[in-house]
Amino acid sequence: MKIKWWKILGVALVLYSIIAGLLLPVPKLNILNETVRNLYFHVTMWFSMIVLMLLSMIYSIRYLSGFNKLLDLKAETLASTGLFIATLGLTTGMVWAQFTWGTFWVNDPKLNGAAVTMLIYLAYFILRNSIENEDSKARVSAIYNILAFVMMIVFIGILPRMTDSLHPGNGGNPGFSNYDLDSNMRIVFYPAVLGWILISTWISDLRYRIKVLETNKENN
Amino acid sequence: MKYLTTVLISLFFTTLSFAQNNTEVEMADLMRSNGKIYVVVAVIATIFIGLMIYLIRIDRKVQKLEE
Repeated sequence: MKIKWWKILGVALVLYSIIAGLLLPVPKLNILNETVRNLYFHVTMWFSMIVLMLLSMIYSIRYLSGFNKLLDLKAETLASTGLFIATLGLTTGMVWAQFTWGTFWVNDPKLNGAAVTMLIYLAYFILRNSIENEDSKARVSAIYNILAFVMMIVFIGILPRMTDSLHPGNGGNPGFSNYDLDSNMRIVFYPAVLGWILISTWISDLRYRIKVLETNKENN
Repeated sequence: MKYLTTVLISLFFTTLSFAQNNTEVEMADLMRSNGKIYVVVAVIATIFIGLMIYLIRIDRKVQKLEE
C-alpha cells in the first residue's frame, strides 16, 4: 500500500510549477504579456508526450527481442497516453495561438508537424485494431511504432527547424531562451517538465496495470 | 543618518525609474499587487491536489486488486 516516491515527486514538482509559475516574475514582452506563463503548461505537455513515445518505442524494441506480450501491452498503453497528452498540448496551443497570433491555426511547419505526428500515432492504433492474429498484431505494430517515433522526431524536431516558423524554437527563432532574459523562467520550467513527465508516466502505469488485471480476469 | 536618508531617497528614485520602464508592456501587475492572484493560484492548486488524490486512490485500489 505504498505510493512510489517518483509519483509523489511528480505531484510536488507540478504543484510547485503551478504556484511559482503564476506568482514569480516573468519577462515583460509585447503581445505575449502574461501568456508567456503558458510555457510552463503547454510546452510541458509536448515534452511529456515525446518521453512517453520514446518509452513506448523502447518497449516495442524490447518486445521484438523476446516476444513478451506484456511488453507490447506496455508499449501500446504508453503510446495511447502519449496521444492523450498530445491532444492536450494541441488544444492549449490553439488557445494560446488565438490570443497571440490571432487565429487558432496557422499553416506553420511546427503546428502541421504536430498534427501529422498525431495522425501517425492514430494510424498505429488503427493498425493494431485491424489485425486479428494476436502475434502478428503485436509484431507488426511494434515495428510500426519504431517507425512512428522516427517520423515524430522528423516532423516535430527536424523539419520545423529547417524553415521559418512562427512557433518559437524553429527557423531563425531560437527557442524560449530569447524570452528568458533573467533565467527566472528556467527555475519553474525544468521542474514542470520533469513533473509532468512523471505524472503522465504514472497515468500510463495505472492504465497498464488495469489492462493486465483485465486480461488476467479474462483468462481465469 | 544622513547616509541612510540618501540611500532611501536614491532607492525611491530607482524604483520610480523602474516603474517608468515597465509601463511600456502591459502586465497583470495590478492584479498581483492587490493580492487577488493568490485566489486563482489557490483554486488551481486545489483542483490539482484533488485530481492527484484521486489518482493516488485509483493507484491504491489497483494495488489491492493486484494482490
